[in-house]
Amino acid sequence: MVPLEWYIGLSAVIFVIGAIGFMIRRNLIIMLVCIELMLNATNISLVAFSHYLQDLRGQIFAIFIITVAAAEAAIGLAILVVLVRNKGAVHTTEITDMKG
Amino acid sequence: MLPVIIFAYFAISTTILSVLVITRKNPIHSVLFMMALFFHIAALYLFLNAEFLAAVQVVLYAGAILVLFLFVITMLNLKWEVAYEPFIEEWPISLAVGLSLLLLVFFTTMNFVKGPIGQYTIEAIKSETNTKILGKVLYTEYLFPFELASFILLIAIVGAMVLAKKK
Repeated sequence: MVPLEWYIGLSAVIFVIGAIGFMIRRNLIIMLVCIELMLNATNISLVAFSHYLQDLRGQIFAIFIITVAAAEAAIGLAILVVLVRNKGAVHTTEITDMKG
Repeated sequence: MLPVIIFAYFAISTTILSVLVITRKNPIHSVLFMMALFFHIAALYLFLNAEFLAAVQVVLYAGAILVLFLFVITMLNLKWEVAYEPFIEEWPISLAVGLSLLLLVFFTTMNFVKGPIGQYTIEAIKSETNTKILGKVLYTEYLFPFELASFILLIAIVGAMVLAKKK
């Protein structure tokens, strides 16, 4: 039997890869994909907890996370389309209007 | 021994695929690697006795969300993207921050203490099937969060339409 800690470790590795990707990429589409990656990593750990602690709440939470991820992808891509239409840019380095 | 080998395969391939996702220059390649990654994660869910979530993962993530991503990428026509340097100039700092985060999480999980065992044993789930018992919990104990989730989806639909409408 695979111990629970291995699943948590795998989830942590994928989460950190997603976080690094979010920080190092210029492209906004890839940044949105990286958010999906991080949400999937949390889903893995939630389902693993749900299996090993014999409680279904983890799977319920995973369903909610998938719902929120779908909403987030829809809104994020709509914002992206508007951004490209108005400024013709998908790179974070080109979008500096707010001087952040 | 066999579960360990299967888990090792899925762990290594998910890690490699997620690294490929964040390093490819072409966004289409990234998203297609992401699709392979989602299928691997669905297999991991099957491995954890979460059949319904595995199906949802394939149908919703690989079938709906990623197709939305592909649709937007092809619509925006990002051919020129491949010529650009994909990473920001300060990428070593971000990498260091991420790796220290990983170290932090590993040290935290080393001190992890298991909570009390719940009531849904494998036999209890087997007697009623995973989907049925999940539905029972979702529609009784988590009815209010479920309604809130539907509201979030409604807002997402309206928001996407309002944003994409041409002025």
